[in-house]
Amino acid sequence: MAMLLALMIGALVAGGVWLLLRPRSWSVVLGVTLLGYAVNLIILSAGRIDRRVPPISGGENLADPLPQALVLTAIVIGLGMTAFLVALALRGLAALGSDRLGEGPVDTLSADDEDDDGDGEGTKGA
Amino acid sequence: MTAVLLIGLVALPFLASLAVVCLGELSRRAAGWSAGAAMLAGLVILAVLAPPVFAGETLVVTVPWLPAWGLDLALRLDGLGLLFVLLIDGIGMLIVLYAYYYMPDDDRLGRFFLYLLLFAGGMLGVVLAENLLLMLLFWEVTSLTSFLLIAYKYKDKEARIAGRMALAVTGAGGLALLAGVLLLGQMAGSYTLTDVLARGDIIRSDARYPIMLVLVLIGAFTKSAQFPFHFWLPNAMAAPTPVSAYLHSATMVKAGVFLLARLYPALSGTDLWFYILTSVGAVTFILGAYKALLRHDFKGLLAYSTISHLGLITLLLGLSTPLSPVAAIFHIINHAVFKASLFMVAGIVDHETGTRDMRRLSGLRRSMPETTTLAVLATGAMAGVPFLNGFLSKEMFFAATVAMSGTMSWLMPTVATVGGVLAVAYSARFIYDVFLRPLSTEMPREPHEPPRFMRVPVEILVAIVVAVGLFPQFFVRSLLEVASSAVLGGPVPTLDLAIWHGFNMPVIMSIVALGGGLFYFSRRETVFSVADRLGGGVNSRVAFERSYNMMVMGARAGQALLDARSLRQMLVLFLLFLLMLGSWAWLSAGGSVWGPLSGSGAGLAEALAAGGLVLAVGAVVVLHRRRLEAVIGLSVIGLIVSLVFVRLAAPDLALTQLSVEVVSIILLLLAMRWLPPEAAAETGALEAREGRRRVFDAGLALTVGAGAAALVFAMVTRPFETISAWHIANSVPGGGGANIVNVILVDFRGFDTMGEIAVLAMAALGVQALLGGLRLPLPSGRFDGRASGARRDMAPVMLAMMVQPLLPLLLAVAAFIFLRGHQLPGGGFVAGLILAVALLLQFMGNGLAVTDARLKLDFARILGLGLGLCVLTGVVPWLFGRPFLTSAHSHVGPVELASAMAFDAGIMMVVAASMVLTLTGFGRLAATDADNPAAAG
Repeated sequence: MAMLLALMIGALVAGGVWLLLRPRSWSVVLGVTLLGYAVNLIILSAGRIDRRVPPISGGENLADPLPQALVLTAIVIGLGMTAFLVALALRGLAALGSDRLGEGPVDTLSADDEDDDGDGEGTKGA
Repeated sequence: MTAVLLIGLVALPFLASLAVVCLGELSRRAAGWSAGAAMLAGLVILAVLAPPVFAGETLVVTVPWLPAWGLDLALRLDGLGLLFVLLIDGIGMLIVLYAYYYMPDDDRLGRFFLYLLLFAGGMLGVVLAENLLLMLLFWEVTSLTSFLLIAYKYKDKEARIAGRMALAVTGAGGLALLAGVLLLGQMAGSYTLTDVLARGDIIRSDARYPIMLVLVLIGAFTKSAQFPFHFWLPNAMAAPTPVSAYLHSATMVKAGVFLLARLYPALSGTDLWFYILTSVGAVTFILGAYKALLRHDFKGLLAYSTISHLGLITLLLGLSTPLSPVAAIFHIINHAVFKASLFMVAGIVDHETGTRDMRRLSGLRRSMPETTTLAVLATGAMAGVPFLNGFLSKEMFFAATVAMSGTMSWLMPTVATVGGVLAVAYSARFIYDVFLRPLSTEMPREPHEPPRFMRVPVEILVAIVVAVGLFPQFFVRSLLEVASSAVLGGPVPTLDLAIWHGFNMPVIMSIVALGGGLFYFSRRETVFSVADRLGGGVNSRVAFERSYNMMVMGARAGQALLDARSLRQMLVLFLLFLLMLGSWAWLSAGGSVWGPLSGSGAGLAEALAAGGLVLAVGAVVVLHRRRLEAVIGLSVIGLIVSLVFVRLAAPDLALTQLSVEVVSIILLLLAMRWLPPEAAAETGALEAREGRRRVFDAGLALTVGAGAAALVFAMVTRPFETISAWHIANSVPGGGGANIVNVILVDFRGFDTMGEIAVLAMAALGVQALLGGLRLPLPSGRFDGRASGARRDMAPVMLAMMVQPLLPLLLAVAAFIFLRGHQLPGGGFVAGLILAVALLLQFMGNGLAVTDARLKLDFARILGLGLGLCVLTGVVPWLFGRPFLTSAHSHVGPVELASAMAFDAGIMMVVAASMVLTLTGFGRLAATDADNPAAAG
């Protein structure tokens, strides 16, 4: 199981990183989501994977409840963050007419390129 | 009692500053009274604390904070501190009175006294700190507040530049001092001043002593405007004159020499100390005095004179004869008194005539006879005229230089005499040009005496000048002795504080200085023309601005190098750095990936799930341009991850992940509506570049992925000791719930959870803000193949029919999940998500407008109510004297009720409201008319 878990997390991270590096905001959203899954699994597996009983009081050999509690909120916050990212992407699309994440010769930034969002996501386009 | 008083002494100005801000809005007079009262109260406290200090005691108060790091709230009051508190609060009180009349009537003074009090508090902290790090903190407070005070007239560009310059110089000095003090603390093994002062021998013999000394001296020299850092002080004359009278005579600039005096027992006595202090002090002493004569602005003259006198004090501290530190302390007192009064006189003249230019002023003795008398006396002290206080300390200075041996035996007296000559000359110019010359008509305003109370502070100070000058034994002896013994760290040599010591070398030097000074002054026109011909040399302000701009440009260039405003570039840099750190850690540990644990075995189901997940990730990666297919792939991944959660014995996570999947897919579909179904491929040069990048990115992604996989494998095959045993054991007895995960969330770590749902709420509100008023053009192609006009269609009838009976069902499920959450998998997070899905279905089935009208719910308000409920459950235990978020629980029949359930209900409200707010936000994007856009999802 350890091997399979490592394989799954590795695939999620590799896919997530590759998508993050694509020049379109939509793939960044996808990439962040994949990385989110990966990170949640990593945190959960920090509690080890050999104990098979859900952490309900009374049982023996309970799984570690602490990482589970951490991951539970992380899942929900991850959704909130995805929503925020998507909103940023749409805002950038409206402002720039493109979902390209800008750099390079084609999409030089205009003079008044002050991002109004600290993240800078999605607004750096042509 | 002593402890309270001593802490109160420092805290008082800070507390009063709050009062001043509030009262300043109401009345100018109230602000002035409360600021003055704070200073007066400080003096009263000092009077209460003073007797034991005069008896030779050092009062110390220590409130431990982080003793392991040497960080304590520790204050001390010894003779040196006492002297400075007297200066800060005493002159501060006079300044408050003076400023009340000096500042324009339309200034409410709230802001002015706020800054002034904060500054006074910072100064008091510096002089009373027993802990060196605490002293640094207050040191920075004085730098910051002096910036605010110098730039008080912030609409004036000169004032802004001057403030920035002072901040840059003293702030940089503060950084050097920080490094120096950290070194000093390490060398002494303690940051407590008492320990540091007692370990002078250890410190001086340490190899790091020279570095430390230079750093500390940079801190002191920048603050006290010593050459070559002196240039900020003349520019700081842009400050309102009361500020100059306070900061640039008695307090701020004295902080540097105070530091030298404070650390005198620990740092002095080496050749390095001697040479640096005497040379810097001597250069500053002469340069300041020379430049003072050349200034036509009399505030500038006073500023350079201050630089010169501070140089004198530094020089005295450097000489390290038995008597020279005493002379330094004496001169600190005298200079503070006469220079503060002179700045006030300057302010009066400026206030009454409208100019500070000595070429335009003249003959004020006729219209302002009393001010003239005061000015002559104070200036006489500055020049070192007998029977005034400045004479006494200058005599002591001359005597100290005469006592030097070797080369210094002629060099130092020469320097002292030359400085004395120059001081007499610039003093004479100030008096002659402003008050004595025949009356001119060039003044902007008809001068007359200032308001009565504006002159009172000057009168008090000049009275001290004369009193000390005539009867030093009576007025100043005990103060001087107690302050000097703190500096010397031991008994004070016998002081002979008399005006006449017989006809000796210092008397000759004084006579030479007075005569030479008057002669030099009479030839001033020659001096001016020579100085003009030589040119001012480098204008320090221009040079500073230039180097400042160069540093800013350098920083910008450095930033541009690292940040091409490209997400990809930042990520690549970050990931490469991450890989480097990871490989370094792995290689330096020298371990293998394989740990001792085998882990539990895996069956066919696990293998299939893993294979499915890898395939789905591959599909998303390959198909990411085709948005719908990518989202479908994403949902497959989410489902498999839920299954993994089940396999890893985490049913709560599986439930949450499943609900989140539903919501996030709806979210992505709603957003996708605004994008073409397939992202356009890159063309031309971009296509070529993209092709090259794909190879690199794929390599990087695979490496990072492999690293993550190796990390996970290494982690799960190694044993560890869980810290959850306590949570497991206390879940039922302490939290009243069997579901340990839920008890951790709502009880043990409730405060964390509160922060996390606050983040969720912020994200939801952020989405609202981002999408507010956003208009997007519809893309040309559509997923359903219909023309864009088709978006007026209502939702499918089947869906509209179904959602109505679904609502009560889903609400029941949410209630069930919520109620069982404390004992069995479930809880507020999952229930909130289910609730959100139930409501979203209504929006989708019936349309936004209809559902809004039916529900009549303000979800932003529900969000706030949920957060409020969480905070409330946290606060209620306080009423019972228990810590924040303490939970109570009891049985009601067969049901176990816990107060944490209220907290969980708050979570549910926040989660549900955030999700509904966010998704309807995306849905409303289309609402250019009364449409039903959510149905498209």
